[in-house]
Amino acid sequence: MLRILAAAALILAGLTSVALTQETRPPEVAGLRGTAPLADNSDSPRMPRVEDGAMRRVRNYPEQPPTIPHHIDGYQVDRNANQCLSCHARARTGESGAPMVSITHFMDREGQFLATVSPRRYFCNQCHVPQVDARPPVENDFVDIDSLINPTGRQ
Amino acid sequence: MRKILTLLRTYWRTLSRPAVHLSLGTLTVGGFLAGIVFWGGFNTALEATNTETFCIGCHEMRDNVYAELQTTVHFTNPSGVRATCPDCHVPHDWTDKIARKMQASKEVWGTIFGTIDTRDEFLEERLRLAKHEWYRLKTNDSLECRNCHSEESMDFTRQSRRAADAHQSLLVPGEKTCIDCHKGIAHELPDMSGVEGWQ
Repeated sequence: MLRILAAAALILAGLTSVALTQETRPPEVAGLRGTAPLADNSDSPRMPRVEDGAMRRVRNYPEQPPTIPHHIDGYQVDRNANQCLSCHARARTGESGAPMVSITHFMDREGQFLATVSPRRYFCNQCHVPQVDARPPVENDFVDIDSLINPTGRQ
Repeated sequence: MRKILTLLRTYWRTLSRPAVHLSLGTLTVGGFLAGIVFWGGFNTALEATNTETFCIGCHEMRDNVYAELQTTVHFTNPSGVRATCPDCHVPHDWTDKIARKMQASKEVWGTIFGTIDTRDEFLEERLRLAKHEWYRLKTNDSLECRNCHSEESMDFTRQSRRAADAHQSLLVPGEKTCIDCHKGIAHELPDMSGVEGWQ
């Protein structure tokens, strides 16, 4: 009996030592959070620059909300004011030269067109966002529908 | 009434007659020194009330407008140059400054009698207060903005294309002044419905 117990203890000790050495070994694969130990905070990445004054980006698919080609720091969009609309509203585009809010945004949920932007489309940032020059942490293998339809690149 | 008149007459008699006991030297030198003290004191008081610490000494300013300023580019920015309350809200020219100071005495009244004691009371007054400042900046051609942001020193090639286009087509010909487009850059906006250029 004693012998069995001793053997079991030995095996247990061996296993824990293996587990310990595995734990202390430096991690070979770094996740998105970096190599910092779990209890510590990893270094925060640099804040990337917002694309400003750039040309319009091509949409990746027809339904994609167009991206915002300028910075929108401190733009107030709440019940008091909508700074986006101070340029992009229909009546403001003449002076601002900005593209008008799409007519689809005037439609309520019953499909009725209203005279102005529908309340459910009022908060621009829900769909439209500015772009930053960040390196994507995960590779993206998105394929444009055009290259799917026409893989050889014929027009 | 008659008592007051006799009192005034006695004073006038004393003031209009030459001094009997004081020498001309005492009067001139004394008057000069007193002038320095009074004018210096006036100026010091003027300077002291023209600081941000004085402005945010009242809770109305500290908890509302100052708190909102802290999130904007006029408080923190890459170059570390910042605007304090009087930079934008008090004209630099002497006469304009005194005029604004006299208007601001209403704010002292307000803080003593608690016109704006809560956030809600401030929000109710916000549109009226904002309109005062928009009107002031509109009529003086955004002078306080231009104390730092000179149109002549703007390098349009270093601005974003959007900003450069707007400044060149509207600001330079004098069609618009800073405040026409740049409302709500240092504090939050009130309900803008009905304000020109807003929805």
